Amino acid sequence: MTQQETPVRKVPVACTLNGQQTEFLAAPYQSLLEALREVVGLTGTKEGCNDGNCGACTVSLDGRIVDSCLVLAAEVDGRQVDTIEGMAPPHGLHPLQQAFLEEAALQCGICTPGFLVAARALLEREPHPDEHRIRLWLAGNLCRCTGYDKIVRAVQRAADETT
Amino acid sequence: MHPFIYVAPRTLDEAVAVLEQHGERARPFAGGTDVLVQLRGGRFDLDAIVDMKGVPEATTLELNGSLRIGAAVPCYQVYENSAVAAAFPGLIDAASLIGGIQIQSRASLGGNLCNASPSADGICPLIVHSTVAVVRGPQGERRVPVEEFCTGPGATVLERGELLVALEVPAPARGFGAAYQRFIPRNEMDIAVAGVGSALTLDTDGTTIASGRIALAAVGPTPLFAAKASAFLAGKPATPETFAEAGEIASTEATPIGDMRGTAEHRVELVKVLTRRTLAVALGRAQANR
Amino acid sequence: MSTTADRPAQEFKVVGSRPVRHDGVDKVLGRAQYGADVKLSGLIHGAVLRSPYAHAVIKKVDVSRAEAAPGVFAAITGNDMPVTAPRLVDMMEEVTNLKWASERVMAHGKAVYRGHPVAAVAAVDQNTALEALKLIEVEYEPLEAVISLEDAMKPDAVIIHDDLVGDHLGEKVPHTNIAEHTRTEFGDPEAAFAEAAHVLERTYTIARAHQGYIEPHSSTAFWSPDDKISVWTTTQAPFGVRSSMAAVLKVPLSDVRVVPTEIGGGFGGKIGLYMEPLAAVLSRKSGRPVKITMDRKSVFDATGPGPGGQVTAKMGVDKDGKIVAATATIRYMAGAYPGSSISAATAGIFACYKVPNVRIDAYDVVINMSKTAAYRAPGTPQATFASESLVSELCETIGMDPMEFHLLNAAEEGTRRPDGPVFPRIGNVACMEAIHNSDHFKSELGESPDGKLRGRGFASGYWNGGGNRSSVTISVNDDGVVSLVEGNPDIGGTRTTIAMQAAEVFGLPAHDVHPTVVDTDSVGYNDLTAGSRTTYASGQAAIEAARQVVEEIKKRVAMIWETEPENVSFEDSVFQNKVAPDQRFTFKEAAGKLGQTGGPVSKTGAVNVRGSGGGSFAAHLCDVEVDPETGKVQILRYTAAQDAGKAVHPSYVEGQFQGGAAQGIGWALNEEYYTSPDGVMQNASFLDYRMPTALDLPMIDAIVVEVPNTNHPFGVRGIGETSIVPPAPAVGNAIADAIGVRMYQTPMNPSRIMEALANKRNGKNGHQG
Ligand SMILES: Cc1cc2nc3c(=O)[nH]c(=O)nc-3n(C[C@H](O)[C@H](O)[C@H](O)COP(=O)(O)OP(=O)(O)OC[C@H]3O[C@@H](n4cnc5c(N)ncnc54)[C@H](O)[C@@H]3O)c2cc1C
Ligand code: FES
Ligand code: FES
Repeated sequence: MTQQETPVRKVPVACTLNGQQTEFLAAPYQSLLEALREVVGLTGTKEGCNDGNCGACTVSLDGRIVDSCLVLAAEVDGRQVDTIEGMAPPHGLHPLQQAFLEEAALQCGICTPGFLVAARALLEREPHPDEHRIRLWLAGNLCRCTGYDKIVRAVQRAADETT
Repeated sequence: MHPFIYVAPRTLDEAVAVLEQHGERARPFAGGTDVLVQLRGGRFDLDAIVDMKGVPEATTLELNGSLRIGAAVPCYQVYENSAVAAAFPGLIDAASLIGGIQIQSRASLGGNLCNASPSADGICPLIVHSTVAVVRGPQGERRVPVEEFCTGPGATVLERGELLVALEVPAPARGFGAAYQRFIPRNEMDIAVAGVGSALTLDTDGTTIASGRIALAAVGPTPLFAAKASAFLAGKPATPETFAEAGEIASTEATPIGDMRGTAEHRVELVKVLTRRTLAVALGRAQANR
Repeated sequence: MSTTADRPAQEFKVVGSRPVRHDGVDKVLGRAQYGADVKLSGLIHGAVLRSPYAHAVIKKVDVSRAEAAPGVFAAITGNDMPVTAPRLVDMMEEVTNLKWASERVMAHGKAVYRGHPVAAVAAVDQNTALEALKLIEVEYEPLEAVISLEDAMKPDAVIIHDDLVGDHLGEKVPHTNIAEHTRTEFGDPEAAFAEAAHVLERTYTIARAHQGYIEPHSSTAFWSPDDKISVWTTTQAPFGVRSSMAAVLKVPLSDVRVVPTEIGGGFGGKIGLYMEPLAAVLSRKSGRPVKITMDRKSVFDATGPGPGGQVTAKMGVDKDGKIVAATATIRYMAGAYPGSSISAATAGIFACYKVPNVRIDAYDVVINMSKTAAYRAPGTPQATFASESLVSELCETIGMDPMEFHLLNAAEEGTRRPDGPVFPRIGNVACMEAIHNSDHFKSELGESPDGKLRGRGFASGYWNGGGNRSSVTISVNDDGVVSLVEGNPDIGGTRTTIAMQAAEVFGLPAHDVHPTVVDTDSVGYNDLTAGSRTTYASGQAAIEAARQVVEEIKKRVAMIWETEPENVSFEDSVFQNKVAPDQRFTFKEAAGKLGQTGGPVSKTGAVNVRGSGGGSFAAHLCDVEVDPETGKVQILRYTAAQDAGKAVHPSYVEGQFQGGAAQGIGWALNEEYYTSPDGVMQNASFLDYRMPTALDLPMIDAIVVEVPNTNHPFGVRGIGETSIVPPAPAVGNAIADAIGVRMYQTPMNPSRIMEALANKRNGKNGHQG
């Protein structure tokens, strides 16, 4: 702001966020990730790298997963955004969330929201992915704690249980 | 990050006008997977970002024998279109390996080309498909062959106010096949240590190469058309020996540096191997396309 | 999979089961609060200006323009930090000199690593703070950067710290970059080598590798007008942060309250102080709470990876393959300040073997890169890459099966570890037997369908683990559920593994113990979450607290039954009058009667667990496939067997084995700091610092071996770290088996493999020793 002669004004954004019509003001240079966390107050979406390499910030945008650190908040005006906060039914858990708990697929848990949102998109598209397909789909999500073994198993378990 | 405004034009003319007004201080924006990273890394400052995703010409994918890919069409739309995937497997090779699933939801082949990274995965397959870049600017439209588009790392032929509208890929001739492969140390989410795109068109006899095109990534200041290796292919039998020799020639056209992604020697070796391997895949596709 | 190499005498109800972790629901819902999630009334955001030079005199820092910018609340430089005198504090995995700890968080007159903080600002939002950094004027005088062992150790080296006095075998040496040279000797290795049937000596180079936790550091501080400082931070060591904050800021210890947030990975890298004092000083200046979150690049540039270095190892064997002597010279690059875990490296390098004659020299060397930090089994993976690669090559030379060699020479109960301590009961042999009996070991390697080369490699490893101080308080609720408060941040399920040990004592289901990690004002002192100590030592504090609770409740029910507490037994969660056996209360029933019998029951177990965590040995087996045309290595199959003593929660034990193996594989194959000659890391992003993705790894078979630890009531061993020790040599040995050339340097990346293959064709051996 300090070098700009005319201040850059915030822009209104109206989107469907986790099924709710939501309006907020965001700086035009602000990422969707930052707007979700700092403006809307949904901190379940995590920042691990801010450059598209870790997937901790994964959200669904019009039904496709994206790294929210590489989306501008201003772009989601009129669109549908789904985050980890919208994944569970009221007073319940999504089958993937349950499977992650039962398979001990999280250690520190920082990567977990991103993996869950990404895995949900996979199972919605392909109810029965094989191990290779799961690993390929989740390759944009880094986990440093688990070695992925239990994450892959949790996704397989959720896939088996939702049929 | 220096604050910038977000502009979402609905027409090409609007987009061109904003770009012309701001010059170097504005950039088109497709998936943002390069430009946002570079902005945050302090590579440059902008006053305005011009989102191309509201401009119809930049967001449509048209298959009509030839293929027109709007400059802002994300990779997934290319590889999930089964007709495109069947007709242009060589392009799919690249579109399906840029980044991971999240990146492919956003990243465009147009952005890949305009970013002009030497290691870009999308450019070599476009080159071997003899793709033409359709450019629009204050002076109207011009058409640039993709192999002439990049002029150096991060530099292109685009002038002030100019933008890429679409990529036009000619309809593959009978007996045409193409393939792209890159080498990375991991299996995903890496930038190419070296990449090779190859295409060949078989003669009516089905065993002789009528013409071929080879392009190399990450072994020079831009993705480059390997003219000598390409010329060598014409009239040769489509055999492993020919492919190996083409690889040797291509490797002499590479001018790699050594860096954190690999040594120069390794890159030269990779050009040989990947040329051989992609030509073999291209041959299979050419045979299937007769 | 689980093998019980030696059945423990005890039967368990809760320990050994797999309940859902207590904090799990919050974590899968995205509700858990990590470092960057802290929100406070009036919160503002900090940003740190970092030195672009690895080594430079800072002649001037002027923050006045930044301070005057709209939206900026405060700006600080090294002059705002209280300077501290040199004093050593022991933070278990790290011994820190406070003067350097202070300089490390903010440069005072000289930058000694790229990324060294030079100034900081706090502003209304993150971007305003970042923009304000551009207004700070700094005048640097760049100095020659010392970034290699060779440059740091040469006689006319550029000296990084004028005030560093080296300890070279007990002698105080000024004007040096060698902070420490230690020697451990036993027997007469030279004489033994002279008589050995075979002797092999090799030099190995190991790259500096980052812990790679996905959560960047984030710290928030509020310095209140009454001089009480609250800090919310993502740390493994809340009590360590409290004491070092107090010392660095020159405030009384008890005026600092540290609230550990959920922590998104640490692996040793979140022990030291980073931005906590800067946030505090910015808060004092601005009157607002200040949050500072690092970006990923700063995490690479300015926080501590594990040290890189060079290890020369030599081993002699007799004609039967029995080790007669071993020596090593370990040189680690500590980064800008001393402390690179050379003593753990010394302890670990030959720990898996009986070595009758030994000498280990170790050097701790400063260079112009960020100070290294503990990284999972600090110092040991690097040293073990040398020893286990050497053993494998030696076996090849003498034509002996590596497994046979290991078993012949294996350290066991009563073996003297090369640096002195004598092993108690350990699972070294049991782990090798577990591998020997595994499906993986019995399987055929098979042929690659497309001309790739396959190989199998084996390596073992050791980490001692720590005990030390822990406090846990347990309170009994009326409904028979107990609440448990502890002070160790939970990085991987330790709330649950601690609660399960208390639940075992009470005979309650794991979920009837409610664990909470609290701030430093709310529980007694706890050492850090590191050193594989949390489940092991804090678990003992929980057992101790639970036992006190049981004793107290015995008194209460004795009161009701009008008998003596000695007459009350407690078994299977039931209190019973031994004199009148029909008088019985379940734990839950008794809990409901505490109000009438003297009031609430709340007990603290405060322990200082002496000695080690029992030592956890591991044996790993790895299959690889190498593409000889590109140098690419694919891990085909991987099995990790490790001694857990008693696995409290087997899923989380397996998870530790798998996670450590994955990190070790990354270190083996691709991870390194690729640095320019002037000390700038070129690959400071997750794109080019190539950690394994899901697609790079196979399933990792975890075999939980259980040889009870005599030092723990339930036989538990600390298990968090050993799993990173064997992978690099296991992978290296597998590659050697596949391509017929040995690798002497990590990362064993494709370019290096191609080079090794070219050398092989030209009849050259790649070793330097
Ligand atoms: C995690 C990650 C992984 C990646 N992996 C790969 C990979 O495997 N292979 C690879 O090649 N790349 C990779 N990239 C780089 C990047 O994703 C690609 O280059 C992508 O194709 C860029 O497309 P985009 O639409 O996101 O471009 P943008 O970032 O939107 O634009 C890129 C550049 O092109 C300019 N531009 C965009 N549209 C136009 C237009 N219509 N006219 C003129 N100029 C325009 C922009 O101003 C900018 O300079 C990766 C990036 C990330 C973050
Ligand atoms: S924070 Fe967006 S990908 Fe890492
Ligand atoms: S559980 Fe810690 S990063 Fe995945």
